[in-house]
Amino acid sequence: MTPQSTRAEQTPVIDVRGLTKIYGQRTVVDHFDLLVPKGAVYGFLGPNGSGKTTTLRMICGLLKPEGGAGTCLGWDVIEQSDRIKTQVGYMTQRFSLWEDLTIAENLDFVARMYGLDNRKDRVKRALKSLGLYERKNQLAGTLSGGWKQRLALSACMLHEPKLLLLDEPTAGVDPKARREFWETIHDLSDQGVTILVSTHYMDEAVQCDFIAYIAYGKKLIDGPSGEIASKIGLSTWKVEGPGLGALSKALKATPGVEQVARFGTSLHVSGPDQIALEAAIAPWRDHKELVWTPITSGLEEAFIHLMKEVKDNFA
Amino acid sequence: MKSGYSLARISAILTKEFIQMRRDRMTFAMMIGIPILQLILFSFAINSDPRHLPSAIIDRDHSAFSRAVVTAFANSTYVDFVMAPQTPEEAEKAMLAGQINFIFEIPEHFGRDIARGGRPQMLIIADATDPSAASGALAAAGEIINTGLAREFSSALAGLATGPPPVDVVLQRRYNPAGITQYNIIPGLLGIILTMTMTLMTAVALTRETERGTMENLLAMPARPLEVMIGKVLPYVLVGYIQIIVVLNAGQMLFDIPFEGSRLLFFWVSTLYIVANLLIGFLFSTVARTQMQAMQMMVFLLLPQILLSGFMFPFRGMPGWAQAIGEVLPATHYMRLVRGIMLKGSTRFDLIADIWPLIALIVVISALALLRYRRTLD
Ligand SMILES: Nc1ncnc2c1ncn2[C@@H]1O[C@H](COP(=O)(O)OP(=O)(O)OP(=O)(O)O)[C@@H](O)[C@H]1O
Ligand SMILES: [Mg+2]
Repeated sequence: MTPQSTRAEQTPVIDVRGLTKIYGQRTVVDHFDLLVPKGAVYGFLGPNGSGKTTTLRMICGLLKPEGGAGTCLGWDVIEQSDRIKTQVGYMTQRFSLWEDLTIAENLDFVARMYGLDNRKDRVKRALKSLGLYERKNQLAGTLSGGWKQRLALSACMLHEPKLLLLDEPTAGVDPKARREFWETIHDLSDQGVTILVSTHYMDEAVQCDFIAYIAYGKKLIDGPSGEIASKIGLSTWKVEGPGLGALSKALKATPGVEQVARFGTSLHVSGPDQIALEAAIAPWRDHKELVWTPITSGLEEAFIHLMKEVKDNFA
Repeated sequence: MKSGYSLARISAILTKEFIQMRRDRMTFAMMIGIPILQLILFSFAINSDPRHLPSAIIDRDHSAFSRAVVTAFANSTYVDFVMAPQTPEEAEKAMLAGQINFIFEIPEHFGRDIARGGRPQMLIIADATDPSAASGALAAAGEIINTGLAREFSSALAGLATGPPPVDVVLQRRYNPAGITQYNIIPGLLGIILTMTMTLMTAVALTRETERGTMENLLAMPARPLEVMIGKVLPYVLVGYIQIIVVLNAGQMLFDIPFEGSRLLFFWVSTLYIVANLLIGFLFSTVARTQMQAMQMMVFLLLPQILLSGFMFPFRGMPGWAQAIGEVLPATHYMRLVRGIMLKGSTRFDLIADIWPLIALIVVISALALLRYRRTLD
């Protein structure tokens, strides 16, 4: 064990403060702080173009931040990115393996770049667990989109990194493979691997231990995933019954209601102010065919709420 | 703590490049195709011993002697007299327009002077734009005149047969006064083919990764710039060797070029030259943002390498500034080295003045490339 890695076991795996990235005149990531404890599954959410990819790249040394400092696995994110790279598995959002190499050649290349022992064996195991062993001589470029994602994921885990940075790893992946993927993630987390994963899926967000939400380059909120909604202080009512379409339109136009969203056969009606929300829905509360129940707000409502707030701020 | 450079990583990149090179049929075909195509084109231009070149005759003498000379040239089949202009200006105009290759000018009193043993001058002006076209006829000119005159006036000129030639042939080459000899072609061609293909191969080395998005993956791995550079350059050294073998063999077959010097020395200086060009290409790819830009840079460098290296024009005949530029081009030194080794049998001691510039270039370019190498996506 190197002194660095022993230290990394006690200190957070990622501890960055004030990370700032500026492209031209635009501040794409603005004073971003993040603290990720060892073994955590940290979800990274935010709308398109909010700066998730940029932040992940800064953490693993692919982009030089204009400001900020911090450590990753105990090493300085600015000065020691060479060290960080040996211990981090980074899965890019866009497929970035070599399309003119076969599946096996890609994995073999990755294994050699990290100087892995038992290379043949590791590659073979990775191919088997991917279920691509029979197709190992197929060019990576000819794989379907979902399979490319799965190959890329398997490639970035090949060197058994201590930290996984996954940029929308399940985009375009079918539900079964996604479930398997999340099982793998939790297994790895149990083994002490830390995972920072960006996603747009709420069902994935709830599986994370922690969540950070970023919009317009600014982190709006972070914390344990169960506490996010209550932290935001959003109230939500669920309503079931007939004529939800018309109801939804009517509610949206009512002051005090911030968002109305359909969930299967029900509507979720939310607003930041509990009193105002109850006043708003009062005219429909006594309708005998409608069933109203107060519920805890979900992550999706919470994030949509956050987005609305931010837009107001910017406007 | 592990640090330092890793042979394993270099060989990983090298293997990857090899596989990609093999799969890229177009590139592979080009690597073999370019030298063969160029050789065939050049050999055609050189080896065809051109005959029946259109010519003008300005005969101011109109004697039996002048007619004998004209007939001798016509019979030689090297030239066809297509016009008999009255003035030299008229002839020059035709040459400028590319209508004729030679102007023969026979002065007044030509015949009289020959008979008196006065060695009159006869002017032959050649369009040397294509030196190979002019060379055959010019080389044979003296002989043609002698035999032509001898046949007609054997008795009258018996005394002259043993003395100096009866006519003083004055040659003027137009447009390319020095001409390029055949022997210049192979060293020159080697230099140009290698610089063209080698720089091109590596010029797209990094920009291709950037354009395909694979750069992000490569940069996320713990590879050092030097490792990437070596891994990307080495595979193409082999390609360079293949091209040299193709050119040399074809050159031997087509031109029967001698090889006087050490093959081992040739191998070493060629390796230096190949590496220098590959590194130039690599440097380009660290500067360029796209493959297109990298290729444009490569073409930008190719032009002076063709024009100022002594391939196109004799080096010492160029103006000072052009020579100064030529001295920093690898092709200039390589062509001198190859000429020295192949034609003169020069040893490394003779050639040191052209070897060290190649080594210096390699060092400087590597340093620049490593400085320029972007380790981030910024
Ligand atoms: N090289 C660049 N030059 C200029 N602007 C850039 C560059 N890369 C990213 N940006 C800008 O930075 C912002 C954040 O981009 P980023 O890719 O980090 O977003 P993201 O959160 O990953 O979005 P998505 O969910 O769509 O993947 C975007 O507005 C984008 O236009
Ligand atoms: Mg992104």
